[in-house]
Amino acid sequence: MDDIAKPLDSNPMILNLGPAHPAMHGTLRVLLELQGETIINATPEIGYLHRCFEKESEVKTYTQVIPYTDRLNYLSSLMNNVGYCMTVEKMFPLEIPERAQWIRMLICELSRIMDHAICIGTNAVDIGGLTNFWYLFNPREKITDWVEALCGARLTTTYTRIGGLMRDVPPNTKSFLKECVKETLKGVKDTIGLLKKNRIFMERTQNVGAISKEDAISYGFTGPCLRACGVDYDIRKAHPYYFYDQLNWDVPLGRHGDSYDRLFVRFEEMIQSCRMVEQILEKMPEGPIMTDNREVALPAKHEVYGSIEGIIQQFKIVMHGIKPPPGEIYSYTEAANGELGFYIVSDGSDKPYRIKVRPPCFAIYQAYPDLMKGALVADAVAILGGLNIVAGELDR
Amino acid sequence: MDYAIAALKTASIFLVVISIVPVLIWLERKGAAYIQDRRGPNRAAILGVRLGGLINSLNDVVKLLFKEDIIPANVNKPLFILAPMIAFFVATITLAVIPFADPIQLGSTKLLLQVADLDAGLLYVFAVSSLGVYGVMLAGWAANNKYSLLGGLRSAAQMVSYEVSLGLAVVGIFLMAGSLKLTDIVAYQGSNLFHWNILLQPVAFFIFLTALFAETNRLPFDLPEGESELVAGFHVEYSSMKFALFFMAEYAHIIVGSCIITTLFFGGWHIPFVPVDLIRMNAELVAQGLWIGFAIFSILGGGLLVRRFKKGKYGDLRDYEPLVIGAPGILIGFALLGLFAIFAQDWEFLPWGKNIFIATLQAGVFLAKVLFFCFFFIWVRWTLPRFRYDQLMRLGWKVMLPLALINILVTGWVVLQS
Repeated sequence: MDDIAKPLDSNPMILNLGPAHPAMHGTLRVLLELQGETIINATPEIGYLHRCFEKESEVKTYTQVIPYTDRLNYLSSLMNNVGYCMTVEKMFPLEIPERAQWIRMLICELSRIMDHAICIGTNAVDIGGLTNFWYLFNPREKITDWVEALCGARLTTTYTRIGGLMRDVPPNTKSFLKECVKETLKGVKDTIGLLKKNRIFMERTQNVGAISKEDAISYGFTGPCLRACGVDYDIRKAHPYYFYDQLNWDVPLGRHGDSYDRLFVRFEEMIQSCRMVEQILEKMPEGPIMTDNREVALPAKHEVYGSIEGIIQQFKIVMHGIKPPPGEIYSYTEAANGELGFYIVSDGSDKPYRIKVRPPCFAIYQAYPDLMKGALVADAVAILGGLNIVAGELDR
Repeated sequence: MDYAIAALKTASIFLVVISIVPVLIWLERKGAAYIQDRRGPNRAAILGVRLGGLINSLNDVVKLLFKEDIIPANVNKPLFILAPMIAFFVATITLAVIPFADPIQLGSTKLLLQVADLDAGLLYVFAVSSLGVYGVMLAGWAANNKYSLLGGLRSAAQMVSYEVSLGLAVVGIFLMAGSLKLTDIVAYQGSNLFHWNILLQPVAFFIFLTALFAETNRLPFDLPEGESELVAGFHVEYSSMKFALFFMAEYAHIIVGSCIITTLFFGGWHIPFVPVDLIRMNAELVAQGLWIGFAIFSILGGGLLVRRFKKGKYGDLRDYEPLVIGAPGILIGFALLGLFAIFAQDWEFLPWGKNIFIATLQAGVFLAKVLFFCFFFIWVRWTLPRFRYDQLMRLGWKVMLPLALINILVTGWVVLQS
């Protein structure tokens, strides 16, 4: 009898989720130990999109690093440009013209809208709500059109320069972006209408992947994921940079820290960003978009061809590069996913001695295995979408 | 003779399903596109004729036929090959008991417009459709892939659980109609809209509809496939025509499901508020009305298409598509009007012609209802998110099953009282 009463020999099934899986955003790989469909253990493996960003930067000049920052969080590349350039400018320290600061804020908020649109849309797709994606993606597409008019590229923008911007915004910006904002708000409204009171959606996301305030802070959460737990921390409010303190906006907060709250914090942030974009468009002053500090900014072409100083300045910057004083700096901005920090060590040469990026995803992804434990396979995918892990930023 | 007729009927029903499937796929793509603010398929063309994207389905068929048929190394080969066959076979044979129209009286022979008028018609439907789970389960298991195994497991659990509610939901209908025969159930409902089962048995209808979604593996119940979780679920390892069979089986399931809903809850082939006798008496008038209506439709539709002709829109043959379809449309319309003017005066149906006409009309109404439900399936798919496995089970066992049982109790009590 004793033999019969013994449990059957059983091993947990190891399921390899990723790196090429339709629901894995980018090349993420998670090894799941499954008991039936319940996840008893999860081991994420990172590095499938490692491109040596940090090491590569050490042999590139400060300006040449800017294109690499596009590839960090490719959903909102303009923000990474801003974050990096701001860091280098702080090393001098260098004051950039007011208009450039306002435009940088504008592109930051637009990128935030673009990033959140993708995050919410793909998360809904992971849960099976396929249509929401398009309601958010169409307005995003329109903003991308503006970005293309702005800098000639839709994805790899490389728009900022150390000391300012590549060029001024296109002439129809005001009317075009107002239309974009209108369409975004309509898309957000449609999507909220489809999701907010949807029983299936609520059951799929509420209390799924929930994390407490304390845990979130100790894991190093920032951005919407942290605010979804109810922690009122937004770098734009806590340590305002540029003119964020002159804008009128609110920080949306969640309560439970689950997937549902994360998504709706993002929805609300999109609405707030739209508010900000409208205000920025009104308040943006006229003026130059590049500093006239000849240490970093190329002189105008007529100066280069018309004066000896101009040609020498041009020669100095092109041949010897931009040389921040020796020292180290950590500067951070509120990117779409959270705190995007750049730590740069300069030895006084034209190339950074060391660059370290603090991507928001990396800290958030640490918590992923814990959030998954005890959940089902379907939850693993739903949680990942809500955390908005971008492999480009995670692996660098 | 009987065998020949039976064979003919079987073949024609099979052909109808086979030809509706590509249309449904087109409807799904186009419907999804319009729900999602996009255009949908509109590129593939034969000599400039795109038929609004319908040619894409034809392209798909050709592509799938000519693709390499891969059988992975470690699969259980016989079962791997058998699974798609079961899936498609089961999906189509269910149609055998569906009545498409009134029987046609041809002289002394009575031609039933269904392959088999079984006494246990509805039981046959359930018996066969529950075999469908084998197709999915065997595919999931034989492919020797973890994702497809999970898909197969999910589908086995899901289909078995929802079959219970599916079967119990229609018990109320048996009680009221007093028969399992589908023709009797249709006759019981009649042409009075207020006597259709959708209004007599609304709870049963909703349970049945929900369970049917689960049976067809469509969103919000597409867990066995769940592309964002299980890649493609049970058919992840299939390619070429084997995959196409699963794909077609899914759409065949939708058609069959819509047929069953129409038959059980929406009066089958009955036209709402128009009794069969009324049509029979005024058959000529109806036919003439339809004739003129069709003619006017062709002229207007053709005219609309021809007006859309603009040279240089695409710069290739596709420019001429509105002309190619629109001009014959107008011509046919006028030809029909002309024929009507010539023959309309002294004209009467032959006895058998009248029967065939009425049967065609009824079949047309039936098809219209079926297509509406097919569209409903598509509409739901692009609106709702997917359930999770445990939520699905909870809904099936803790909500739908008790509801179905209560429905039976209430119906039984009402039937006893009357």
